[in-house]
Amino acid sequence: MIYLHLKEYEKLLAHAVKCLPEEACGLLGGRKDETGNTYIEVVYLLENIDHSQEHFSLDPRGQLAAVKEMRANGWRPLGNWHSHPASPSRPSEEDKRLAYDSSALYMILSLMERGAPVLNAFRIENDHVEKEEIRYIQG
Amino acid sequence: MTIVVAGERKEYADGLTVEELIEAEKVETPQYVTVTVNDTFLSNAERASRSLQEGDIVEFLYFMGGGTIPSLCASNDL
Ligand SMILES: [Zn+2]
Repeated sequence: MIYLHLKEYEKLLAHAVKCLPEEACGLLGGRKDETGNTYIEVVYLLENIDHSQEHFSLDPRGQLAAVKEMRANGWRPLGNWHSHPASPSRPSEEDKRLAYDSSALYMILSLMERGAPVLNAFRIENDHVEKEEIRYIQG
Repeated sequence: MTIVVAGERKEYADGLTVEELIEAEKVETPQYVTVTVNDTFLSNAERASRSLQEGDIVEFLYFMGGGTIPSLCASNDL
């Protein structure tokens, strides 16, 4: 199970909408417990240096700053997120090809249907994709 | 010498290059990793030539990206 603070989700959504028609992206920081639950404490909004509607690459400088901040707060990098402005909330072939870290969490926000955003979380190992349930935490 | 690798203090022999550190730390798929030393981003050529010094702070950053079409940018050469 993935636990995500509602206010972090709202931050991610607002940023992704603002970046339209380009894909938006960022990092996820937080912690994992012994039972395998993942707690996303913070969503980082990073620059998509491709500035593309169909591709994203995280800005390495923003990545470095985020990693340092996570460490300072006792969090760990959990994975990344990006938006799909015009396609469903599931990894594309290219997303899978570029998912080098099988332990990472990959979140995809689909903005395909205006007014009805869909966020899903995945683990990706080579061609194998597994969806994980997200539970939203108030406050 | 003592250096800091991904937030952890580590002991290594003087004169270790970044390339040697990548091997010693068993960094997976190093071709997709960007290395910084004291917040400076290294080119691939600099990895082999750069010797680390006492107190250096090293970070390994994985390339993160994706898309609906294959990348036109050189994703392994940030
Ligand atoms: Zn994608």
